[in-house]
Amino acid sequence: MPAWLPPPAVLAHLGLILVVFNMLVLSAAFMVWMERKVCAYIQDRNGPNRVGFEGVLQPFADVIKLLFKEELRPKAADALLFAIAPVISAAAAFAAFAVIPFGTSTTLWGLLDQPIPLQVTDVNVAVLVIFAITSMGIYGIVLAGWSSNSKYSLLGGLRSSAQMISYELSYGLALAAVIMLAGSLSLREIVLNQAGTWWGFIPRWYVFLQPIGFLIFMTAGVAETNRAPFDFPEAEQELVAGYHTEYSSMSFAMFFLAEYVNMVTVSAVATSLFLGGWLGPFLPDWLAWVWFLVKVFLILFFYVWMRWTLPRYRYDQLMEFGWKYLLPVAVLNLLATAALILWIG
Amino acid sequence: MFESILFYTLAAFILGFGVLVVTARNTVHCVVFLVANFLCVAMIYVMLGAEFLAIIQVLVYAGGIVVLYLFVVMLVNLKRGPDAAPDRRRQSRVGFVLAAVMLAEISAILVYSAARPASAVAAAAATPLQTVGNTEVVGMLLYTDYLIPFEVASMLLLVAMIGAILLAKKEI
Amino acid sequence: MPPGFSSSDFYYLMPELVITAGALLVLALDVLLPRAWERVLSWVTVAVILGAGLALVPSAGQNLTIARDLVAIDGFATFFKVLFLVAAALTVLMSPRYLTLENVHPGEYYFLVLCATLGMMFMAGGVDLITLFIGLETMAVSFYVLTGIIRPNKRSNEAAIKYFVLGAFSLGLLLYGMSILYGLTGSTHLRVIATSLVAGDGGLLLPFAVMLLVAGIGFKIAAVPFHMWAPDVYEGAPTPITAFLSVGSKAASFAMLLRIFVAGLPAFRADGLGTAWGQPFGWGAFFYVLAVVTMTVGNLAALTQGNIKRLLAYSSIAHAGYILIGIVAGSTRGVSAALVYLMIYAFMQLGAFAVVVMLRRKDIIGDELKDLTGLYATHPGAAIAMLVFMLSLGGIPPTAGFMGKFWVFGAAIDAGYVWLAVIGVLNSAVSLYYYIRIVVFMWISEEEEKSAAFGISPAVATVLAVTLAMTVLLGIYPRLLFDFAQASAASLGSVPSLGLR
Repeated sequence: MPAWLPPPAVLAHLGLILVVFNMLVLSAAFMVWMERKVCAYIQDRNGPNRVGFEGVLQPFADVIKLLFKEELRPKAADALLFAIAPVISAAAAFAAFAVIPFGTSTTLWGLLDQPIPLQVTDVNVAVLVIFAITSMGIYGIVLAGWSSNSKYSLLGGLRSSAQMISYELSYGLALAAVIMLAGSLSLREIVLNQAGTWWGFIPRWYVFLQPIGFLIFMTAGVAETNRAPFDFPEAEQELVAGYHTEYSSMSFAMFFLAEYVNMVTVSAVATSLFLGGWLGPFLPDWLAWVWFLVKVFLILFFYVWMRWTLPRYRYDQLMEFGWKYLLPVAVLNLLATAALILWIG
Repeated sequence: MFESILFYTLAAFILGFGVLVVTARNTVHCVVFLVANFLCVAMIYVMLGAEFLAIIQVLVYAGGIVVLYLFVVMLVNLKRGPDAAPDRRRQSRVGFVLAAVMLAEISAILVYSAARPASAVAAAAATPLQTVGNTEVVGMLLYTDYLIPFEVASMLLLVAMIGAILLAKKEI
Repeated sequence: MPPGFSSSDFYYLMPELVITAGALLVLALDVLLPRAWERVLSWVTVAVILGAGLALVPSAGQNLTIARDLVAIDGFATFFKVLFLVAAALTVLMSPRYLTLENVHPGEYYFLVLCATLGMMFMAGGVDLITLFIGLETMAVSFYVLTGIIRPNKRSNEAAIKYFVLGAFSLGLLLYGMSILYGLTGSTHLRVIATSLVAGDGGLLLPFAVMLLVAGIGFKIAAVPFHMWAPDVYEGAPTPITAFLSVGSKAASFAMLLRIFVAGLPAFRADGLGTAWGQPFGWGAFFYVLAVVTMTVGNLAALTQGNIKRLLAYSSIAHAGYILIGIVAGSTRGVSAALVYLMIYAFMQLGAFAVVVMLRRKDIIGDELKDLTGLYATHPGAAIAMLVFMLSLGGIPPTAGFMGKFWVFGAAIDAGYVWLAVIGVLNSAVSLYYYIRIVVFMWISEEEEKSAAFGISPAVATVLAVTLAMTVLLGIYPRLLFDFAQASAASLGSVPSLGLR
């Protein structure tokens, strides 16, 4: 290797970052296709089937179309914030994935002296990092809503901020219960704590210790990602398209991308926290990430399934549900977990 | 070397955003600059090895409280600030004098403290910083040494919450 | 039991725990009890305060720190806790009828009064900047809300907004000063700060920190030039809260001031912060200037007021100036003089406000001077009580106010601050003018103005009786209080004698 190149470990790390980034973009594209297909089958249609086999290339065609569209900006919009908002959204969505481990470590078939973990970075406050970055993502939506200077956008932005703040509390409390069980904030350690089985056949996943926490997490996760049945920021029937009504071309695509990447991230977090991450039987260590993908895919499928099955709530019902039911249950769950840990030791 | 460059860059950003928070005409811009300011402060915490504090800064201040500010600002929708007081001239003059005094004081502090290195400052700087697992350290301190202030703070939050509801709700 | 705590920690924290539990109990009862039973809440609150007073008994004569060295149980803290509990109980007693008239919901009101008391108790007991600050913040937030609790009333709203905005700003200054102290010493504990700082430390940073602390606390004690909020807030707040604010909040802030400066920065009282005109100076000099300006401005501004609450606000600013004299004098005697003055001031101020509370009737706000006209003719008892309070506030002999001033000025002369004492005496002469003016209004009788006699509720009558009795008793037999204050001041730590004369 030439001397001017950085050491192989650094190169491998950069490569890892590249892979993760592109996988996220690809998974978003895949999600768009899957969503349309699943939706079509649920509604007894065929869905996209022209571009590529069964329409798998449809998302790419869409992106190319969007790229060549004209970038429109309303005259009365706030130029700076209007431009920044989609970037914040997309950046926050991608950044959160940085701390999620998706496999054990690898030496790339002996190319490296030291194995590198399959994770962009392992910080010891990983769970909080995800939480913090998600909370920054709200700004993209809120600012997009405000800067467009349109009533639909503003309403969408306001709704999203209220909704995300309300559900963030339950989301955080559900996380806290798992953190208490694992005794660590590092996702890798939390996953490793779920290794093994009870009585030889039930995996030691936290979903079995924290069934209520898992439900709370999934519910709040739907609200956090603004998906149906909690998709108020963009409720078509009331708000045209909500916060991104005025966006077009690539800025619109960025919001679109952010939404799907967020879904992938939430599913990945749920997988790591409750479903044992990359842990699973049969596969050798170096293929463990396949389990991770399978689990994430199942949760994503569940999200899509839910979107096309359930109608949207009413806004006041959403708030009432968040504050009066979900939050108290989350608090009780946390208290019960703490009491059990103290009791059993 | 790298660290001091990073620090001074961040410090410049913090000050710059701080100034923008005060000078921006548009309230929503003010709030956005405030967020940027908080994020830079969080990075300073990371540099100090206090990553827990950094994340809490982002999570609670940038991600929680300021979103609520934004919420309020957007609902009120102030297109421009309220008209300045009629005696604006006088205010700005007084402000100028005060700012000048403050600047003189701060530069004096810089000059003098450079000339007279303090024993206590050196001692404080020499205390080693906890770099690993400071989440655990913060948790232990909060629930042992600082248990009483922590509990009083919970009463404080209760008071603030009840007060807010009391003053803002239409019918109690 | 949390690690590092023992049962004795909680034994000595019992007064605070009782207040906390009581506050939550009041809140719960407010929801559970039917509306018709609302009046019970005031009695529950008084019972809670009495219970806290009983729980305070074991603390008497102790001198130790608990809760991992963050809270002191010493004579100083106990003295102030007694003061706070008395002030809180009297405030609660003068409230019920006023609340009914103003249509204020009592549950949250009493809860907030108890929480403010809790904050004050930590301000008196805290020996760590964090404890002190959290206590201050708890008290301040409770008062912000209490000030604006009469929601339909614009004056009340305006007062709350002003108090909140300025209060938050001053807390920022205070916190900035504290953070510099922490930066200089690496500790938030006052004892560590006291032992690790030596003269010249941190260059001008230390004087800067002291300035910020003086400004931050100066706001809370309403010392000139940080007093701007006081008249508006005192006027707009519900009258019992004005009374509590001017007594409790002020005393608690003085407790904090004494803790931070006398226990935390004892070496910098007379010198060590720098030199001005060839004279070394310390924080004593700041308070010297503050005391002179505060007394003078407070008294001169009070001369022209037509609203009793505003007048009492300026008078309370002036009294903060007298108390500051004791702090400038600095010796144990000076500190004890400040304590004595605070206690006496509490009784006479609460008494005066009880009369103002009494004047609030249906359709009559009763806080203008002219609302006092003919009070002697209709309510001779209340008028005579008010006369005694006014004479006491003005410092006329056989009353307690005289003893307070006597002790403070004596301490100043003792410590060599003759001029300060002279300015103080001149100021109390000026103050007599407006106190007598109030009395004159009560004795004028205008036949057509004389409205139908209004009843005095037994609770307010109790307050008047207690405050009147204490004002007279402490004037005749002050030794009772002097010894208590002397012992309390001594527990704050011996104070070196002074340099700047």
